[in-house]
Parts: sequence; structure tokens; C-alpha cells
Amino acid sequence: MTWGVEHLTVRFGHTTAVEDVSLAAEPHRVSAVVGGDGAGKTTLLRVLAGIPIRHEGSVTAPERRRIGYVPAAGGVFDDLTVAENLSFTGGAYRVPDIAAAAAPLLERTGLAPFTGRLAGDLSGGMRRKLAVVGAMLHSPDLLILDEPTTGVDPVSRSDLWRLIGAAATGGAAVVVSSAYLDESERASSVTVLHRGRSLVAGTPDEVRASLPGSVVVVDEPADRSRAWRQGRRWREWVPDGSPDGVAPTLEDVLIAAGLAEEEASR
Amino acid sequence: MTVVETRAVTRRFGSFTAVDAVDLEVGPGEVVGVLGANGAGKTTLMRMILGLLRPTSGSVTLFGEPPGRATRLRIGYVPQSLGLWRDLTAAENMEFSAGVFGVPPTDTPAGAGGRLVGNLSLGVQRRVAFAAALQHRPDLLILDEPTSGVAPLSRARLWEEIRAQAERGVAVLVTTHYMDEARQADRLILMARGTVVGRGSERDIVGSLEAVVVTTDRWEAAFGVIEDAGLAATLAGRALRVPGATTGEVGAALRAAGVDAEVTTGHATLEEAMVVAATS
Repeated sequence: MTWGVEHLTVRFGHTTAVEDVSLAAEPHRVSAVVGGDGAGKTTLLRVLAGIPIRHEGSVTAPERRRIGYVPAAGGVFDDLTVAENLSFTGGAYRVPDIAAAAAPLLERTGLAPFTGRLAGDLSGGMRRKLAVVGAMLHSPDLLILDEPTTGVDPVSRSDLWRLIGAAATGGAAVVVSSAYLDESERASSVTVLHRGRSLVAGTPDEVRASLPGSVVVVDEPADRSRAWRQGRRWREWVPDGSPDGVAPTLEDVLIAAGLAEEEASR
Repeated sequence: MTVVETRAVTRRFGSFTAVDAVDLEVGPGEVVGVLGANGAGKTTLMRMILGLLRPTSGSVTLFGEPPGRATRLRIGYVPQSLGLWRDLTAAENMEFSAGVFGVPPTDTPAGAGGRLVGNLSLGVQRRVAFAAALQHRPDLLILDEPTSGVAPLSRARLWEEIRAQAERGVAVLVTTHYMDEARQADRLILMARGTVVGRGSERDIVGSLEAVVVTTDRWEAAFGVIEDAGLAATLAGRALRVPGATTGEVGAALRAAGVDAEVTTGHATLEEAMVVAATS
């Protein structure tokens, strides 16, 4: 079963938060939704998670108790201990043996020694890991994680991606949003949102191949309005292509897409 | 003249050594990145450089003198929390921080002026914080994850401004744990457990560290086998990466479980190097 949204549009008053976005989430696969602040990631994920938000377009998702969802901030109760958090969340989803379901996940994420600690006393990374473990206890068919790694240090980030890997190998369709492009290399497919619209979508290789023209690395750009820094040198987008083009990164593609949009709206 | 110089700087809290004999130099016009996981000692090191914390031993000098009020006037500092007043407008924030340094306020970034900072997008807030920190024309910029959480084009614009400052001779010290930011620095310093464990370019820091790359149709099974062997596997599209492991141990675990896979190695990423440094 493939979950996801098709032609989703969400308006809040005069603001269009999401405009005609489609996203497919397949079992055993990680789909990344990437974009900056205000791109529409959270709204898209909330609609997919079944939170009642008026929208247009179709949403295909399993029944609520087969979804695991971790919102951008939270997903844990600060005044409960780690064990109490899991027992509460697991109980809500009627997980038969919470301790057995939690043990390997706690072990894998380094949370095992802290089960008696209040969630509010954990580091930011540990709390995010606890939230994700809680959402995985009932082996959901669709796991939705809103920016699980934002503000999280590299060690916890690596643990979080191991959890995501475990959920996908276990058969879940996983949808992860992120503000960091390097993370989307780990996903099977990437959807890049910008101001509510889907800029590009596909496998990371397809997204890189979607760059119109070339990116060149130069000491002095020919057109500064299409150039940006990398260290002391510049990267420059040449829409008509250049024989000196380098292999584009995901970041190049997004910067070029942003520049193209600005030029079109000028 | 060196702008920032630390010599064997050390800070202990009781029996815990947060920063252990760190040597660091930042010259005019240089962008130096300090990388490390939580607990690596980055924050304590920055606090000593800012003059907020005294070293237990070793020394910190800024512009050739110990950190103090005189050196503070020459530093522009943007913390991760940005240090803006959310219930003042962007222009009021600019005016207020200019007043602290006794300089006339400069122009507020376009489109931000009359709006409350709390109502601005994160990308614009970051531009305002950066503009506010530049008003007194500092000779040293200290930036903590300056472009985290903003869209790629906004990030590119911010780095263009940071680099423009460096080209005017400003020394820039950036702490981060994001690879996109690390790549903007001229030199990197990787910290783990209070000490410097790597220096130089991204390539210097990754050095000979490799990641085992596992390619197989049965990647779900392979993931379980590798995790059960006590190794940390991460997905990379439909392949798996196991940083800091050997092809021998990964191959043996997969063979024992009857999982057919191609096991090769590739250079570790900077992020993988950071995780291996923090956990080994």
C-alpha cells in the first residue's frame, strides 16, 4: 500500500501554506520532505497524520492507530520519566508488551540507562530520540517525523537515523522532514518544498540531474546575481550550461531553483 | 597580528575537564570552523574566548591582550538563539544594540524594519541578528550555527555577507555541527571530549577514516544483521553505510546470516568522522 497526498492545497485565511503538493510514501522506504522555515513541511505532515485541517486534494493514510507521528516540537511529556512516557504512549496504542517493544530501541539509542529520568531533564537530542521511540512502539505502518534532527547534535542525529532505518527495514513507510539537505541523501526519495510549493521531487540522483544548465566553480563569477560562496571561491549557476560544469549538489539545485523563481517574479 | 590565540587553554569544572589544552589561532580575514558533538567542549571554549569564563590554565588572547571590556567592543557575537528582543521591531533592535556600543544604527535589512522580530521568518531574523552584530564594525565575528534552519538560498546569501566581512579583514570564528556550514570555513578544528582531535580541511579531518558500504537487494535483512552485530548502520538511499567498521567484520556478519551483499569501502563523510570521534 502506498500512502501519501495528491494535489494537496491548504489555505489559512489569505495565506496558502501548501499548494498542489503530491507526496508518495511506500513501505520499507524513507521519503524526505526538505525545505526551510515556512516552506510548508509541517502543514503537509500534519494533514498526512490525520490532524483535522481543511484541505483540498486527496490523502491516503492508514487508520489513525496505525500511524506514528512526532510533531516538530514535543512528542514527549516533560513531567513523566522516560519509562512513564513510553508506558503512556504504548498504552494509548494498546501495545501488548511495552517493555519488550521498547528495550531494543532504548538500547540502540543510548536511552536505556535513563529510563527513570524525567524527560524534561534529558538533553534535546535524547528527548527527540524518546519521542521517536514512543512513536515506533506500535510498529506503525506510516511513521511521520517532523524535523526530528533540527538542533540535534551529530551523535544523536546518527542515532535518530538508525531508528528511522530500523522503522523502514521493519516495513514502515517513513516520512521525515528536515531543513538539512545532507540528510536527504539517506532517503529513497526527496520532495523539496519552497513557499508551499514542490520545487523538485525524486530520488536524490534525479533531483541532482534536474538542474537546468550547469554549476561552475570560479574565483570571480561572471554574474554575481547567480553566484554564491563556497569558502573563498564562488559557485555560479549557468542556466545555458557550461563545458566547465561540476557535478551539482542537492544544495546547488535548490539555490538555482530559488534564483530562477526570483528572476521569474521580477 | 593574530586576532584570537589560545595556548593550551584548559577549563575544569570540579574533576571534569571540559576543555583540555586547546591551541587555536584565527587571523584577520580567516574563517575558522569549530566542529564537535554536544559535550565536545565547543561552548566552554567560546565562553573563554568571549571572556565570560576564566581558563583554569593556559591562555586566551584577543588582539594580543586578555579578553575584557576593551576586547568586547571589537567583537560581533551572534548566539544560536540570535540575542534579539522578540517584542521589539527589527529597527528598534538595531537601534538598541547600536546604542549599547555607542554607534549610530545602520540600515535594517530590507523588509524587516517596522515588524516585530517575533513575527519575522527565521531567515530574516538571522539577517537582522547578523546586521545588528556588525553595526560597531567588529574585527572579530563569533557565530554559533549562523545559518541553521534557513532555506538554501537564504543560507547562501548570509554566507556571502559573512565572507564579505572576512575579505574586509574581519576574523570569523564559527561553531557548528552542520556540514553545509563547515564547508564554508577556510580551516576546521574538530573537538571531542575537550581536546582537538583533527585540524585542517575537510579531507584532512576525515583522513583515512572509511565507511563500509553495503549494497544488496536484501538491505532490510542486512540492516538488522549489522545492528545485531553491535555496529551502527545508516541508510543511504538503498545502500547501507557503516562508518568506522571493517569490511571483514561486516562481511562476516552478513555471511553468517546468509545475506548476500556487496561489501566495499568509501571515504567517510565529515559527519561520520565527527560521530566516530565522539563515540570512540
